[in-house]
Amino acid sequence: MKFFIVLCAVMYSSMSIAQDCTYTLTGYVIDLHDQETLADATLSIEELGNTIKTTTKGKYTFSNLCNGATYTIRVSHPLCNTQTINVTINGNTERTINMEHHLEELGEISITGEAQKNGGKTAIESQVSNEAIQVNSAGSLGDALNQLSGVSSLNTGNTVVKPVIQGLHSSRVVLITEGTRLQDQEWGVEHAPNVDLNNAGSISVIKGAAGLQYGGDAVGGTIIVNPKRIPISDSLYGETLLTGVTNGRGGSATTTLTKSYNSGWYASFQGTLKRFGDFEAPDYILSNTGADERDAAVRIGVNKYSYGVEASYSIYSNKLGILRSSHVGSAADLANAINSDRPLFIEDFTYDINPPRQEVKHQVARLNAYKRFDNIGKFSFQYDYQQNNRLEFDIRRDSEDVRPAIDLQLRTHSTTLDFEYTADNTVEAKAGVLARTQTNFPDPLTGVRRLIPDYDRFDFGIYALAAKTLDAWTIEGGIRYDYNFIDAQKFYRTSFWEARGYDVLFPELVIEEVGNQILTNPEFTFHNVSATAGVGYEFNDIYNITANYSLANRAPNPSELFSDGLHQSAARIELGDIRFDQETSNKISVALSRKHKNWSFTVAPFANFISDFILIEPTGSQQSLRGNFQVWEYRQTDARLLGVDIDNEFRVSEHFSINNQLSVVKGQDTTLDVPLINIPPVNTTNRVTYTNEKWHNLKVWVESQYVFRQNEFPDNNFEIFIVETDSNVLVDVSTPPDAYHLINLRGQLDFAVSNKSTLQVALAVNNLFDTSYRNYLNRQRFFADDLGRNLSLQLKINY
Amino acid sequence: MKTIKSMKTFIIALVAGVIAISCSSDDDNTPVVINEEEVITTVRVQLVSTAGNVTLESVDSDGDDGPNAPMITITGDIMPNTTYAGTVTFLNETETPAEDITEEVEEEDDEHQVFYTPAAGLNITTEYGNFDGDGNPLGTVFTLTTGDASNGNFTVTLRHEPTKPNTGLADAGGETDVEVTFAVTVQ
Repeated sequence: MKFFIVLCAVMYSSMSIAQDCTYTLTGYVIDLHDQETLADATLSIEELGNTIKTTTKGKYTFSNLCNGATYTIRVSHPLCNTQTINVTINGNTERTINMEHHLEELGEISITGEAQKNGGKTAIESQVSNEAIQVNSAGSLGDALNQLSGVSSLNTGNTVVKPVIQGLHSSRVVLITEGTRLQDQEWGVEHAPNVDLNNAGSISVIKGAAGLQYGGDAVGGTIIVNPKRIPISDSLYGETLLTGVTNGRGGSATTTLTKSYNSGWYASFQGTLKRFGDFEAPDYILSNTGADERDAAVRIGVNKYSYGVEASYSIYSNKLGILRSSHVGSAADLANAINSDRPLFIEDFTYDINPPRQEVKHQVARLNAYKRFDNIGKFSFQYDYQQNNRLEFDIRRDSEDVRPAIDLQLRTHSTTLDFEYTADNTVEAKAGVLARTQTNFPDPLTGVRRLIPDYDRFDFGIYALAAKTLDAWTIEGGIRYDYNFIDAQKFYRTSFWEARGYDVLFPELVIEEVGNQILTNPEFTFHNVSATAGVGYEFNDIYNITANYSLANRAPNPSELFSDGLHQSAARIELGDIRFDQETSNKISVALSRKHKNWSFTVAPFANFISDFILIEPTGSQQSLRGNFQVWEYRQTDARLLGVDIDNEFRVSEHFSINNQLSVVKGQDTTLDVPLINIPPVNTTNRVTYTNEKWHNLKVWVESQYVFRQNEFPDNNFEIFIVETDSNVLVDVSTPPDAYHLINLRGQLDFAVSNKSTLQVALAVNNLFDTSYRNYLNRQRFFADDLGRNLSLQLKINY
Repeated sequence: MKTIKSMKTFIIALVAGVIAISCSSDDDNTPVVINEEEVITTVRVQLVSTAGNVTLESVDSDGDDGPNAPMITITGDIMPNTTYAGTVTFLNETETPAEDITEEVEEEDDEHQVFYTPAAGLNITTEYGNFDGDGNPLGTVFTLTTGDASNGNFTVTLRHEPTKPNTGLADAGGETDVEVTFAVTVQ
């Protein structure tokens, strides 16, 4: 109070003397919610009538202001509500202006600017555009991510789409949804992320382990799915998107409805339904590839400048058919299937989804809160509970036995506490802690030996990150420590336990012997340290170069540790090893980017050196009553991934633009000097877009997608005895399919339905020429061609 | 100062909350053992004739994916120029008493077929002795006829969901549940 009186006195006295108009008012315009600076905000002083814009770093400067005077400043930004503030000048004055950044949600403006960065200033990060989310509404998260350079996907058919970042996938890719790490048995190569793409507001991909606040084991990268932002204003709005497709003879419907208030309170609902029958290759039906998905999410909360609270719940459930022909009983069946040009099961089109199929239900309940302390920063707290139920149905000998062959329930509690320092706009600093417990329960009612054992897991993590901007330079660094403890209870076959020599190495793990199996209690403790450091330099607002180094440590996943049996769909025996240690990645990424009116580009080379890289490879064969099976064992080796991602955008004229993307990655096992398996082939996507805003916002594009043949692959071929011919044949599981070229088209028009709502109609064709092709990264390439032509009609209405 | 103090309290409360929530772990329960129900551990072919009986048996006690190879035993001699009444039995001997999977195969006869494949040079022919409801062969009962003395591989294959009718293994498709090769001598 005393201070205030003194201040008033000083101000009064300064106003009473002759006006001294040599002072400046400077500061940043920032987004209220994420503290990102806003470029291109317009500020005008009403008394003086002068107008300026913020720089690319969100900074503004007014000069020649009079000491003691109070000015009315109007601040506007294309994506924000305009606001007016009063500022009294007291010497050279600094004032940070918070803006409410939201209008994009109402669909009133299409965003062309870049969304916020999640992975620090120098990490190599790509954003999935809102348009790509919409275009892939009937598809999956993996399909939308596929649009980015350096991101591809490992597919099982066309409904199980797992993202691959710069050649790495599964446990090496961390997926963050609404601030929490998705815990959905992501180690499985046939397990797609359990996320409804339509619930995403924005999606970013950090290529590499630089996103330390999300985890220290993202050897491949981190995918961050953020929810849609909700404005602080009195409004009720919604969006419904309907997609119908010819291939699969189905479609999807997704709708969002949001109510918000000026007080900051809001509530939002989102729901999605998808239904498809059998998909089709150009020459035949892909029998049993239908899909059925139902998702819903609700959020309710209050969002104020100084604090906020949100509670949310989401459920994702799907039922996915797995190509009938890909279910084989023995290695000889696999040989027959591979050597046949056409799938061995082709039936009439149906919407039925029979075994083999997956049924997954993922639920997340979440509570988060934040509190902002002026001149210090923002604290955020989150607690969430995730429950993942995964059922996999195989074809059983007894067709009346409807039990799943795999029944896993994964329950995870996570709590995080994060602090973000916001007092200085040139410094970005974050720190936080994480604690997580997890229980995996494989239901014994399946009558099939457990793929993944019962385990309890505890994780603890702590991190700190900081970045400092000095004129054109940015430097950053961060460090993280993670502790993992796994307490498992697993039955081993006695014969396996002894054949591996575990009886000599780990006699203390044995609890009891039951028939021809042994119950064991393996416990694992891992200490992981990860770190990142980077530097960025900006030349004349057009060119920008960043370099980033990241160190990541990943503990082995359950399948790498515990696999000890037949992998049905691959017709091979897979063996893990409980002696594995963490793998360690050292990755260097560099990006040079140009951002200018007519030509923008990013060239981003990387090198990732991984020691103790865990991979699986064939080591021999094993005789059984079903014939000979190939044995694949996990092994640790040293690996190297090198590559480059290139993005180019040319604005040829007001209406025409050309986009080009090229991704190259090479993976090598440096110990054995052989190529790594399943490395994405070189691919390039080129798109010519015509837009005409005057004519119903017309947008038309032609896209060419060329995927080269992968010429670098390990030779994992093997011989198998074929009864019919009484001879051995070579089973070629290694040779990648030929290169292919697909042409896609899309056109869209906007129509105003009323002054508040617009209807967008879009028509698209994928694989225009109905080209038959097989994709090296599709696990079903051995059995069938990929999808043929697909025509889709999309209607979007905003209201 | 006050801000700092309230912030301290705030952090302490939150950290305590993080730990409290995360440490409430469930109690351990010992998992129950699963005896593989789908597995076939034993394939037994019994050949009966007036000239004597023969049993061909393959036993894989640790299942399809256990490291131990199946144990093959042949008792009795296969005589030349003889007709045998044959049966095949599939057992799961990881259960006690052993489960007779042949019954299940015979109940779902339209979804199964047993194939007998003598290698070239082995003077053996087989004929189906039982059929499914559609009149297509099942093969858990069969007739085996030998010619002159010879030797070679004799393979028994059980296919699940084969295309029926078919002309043999090559176009039967389906999944292999059993494929056991016996090295036999007709003498």
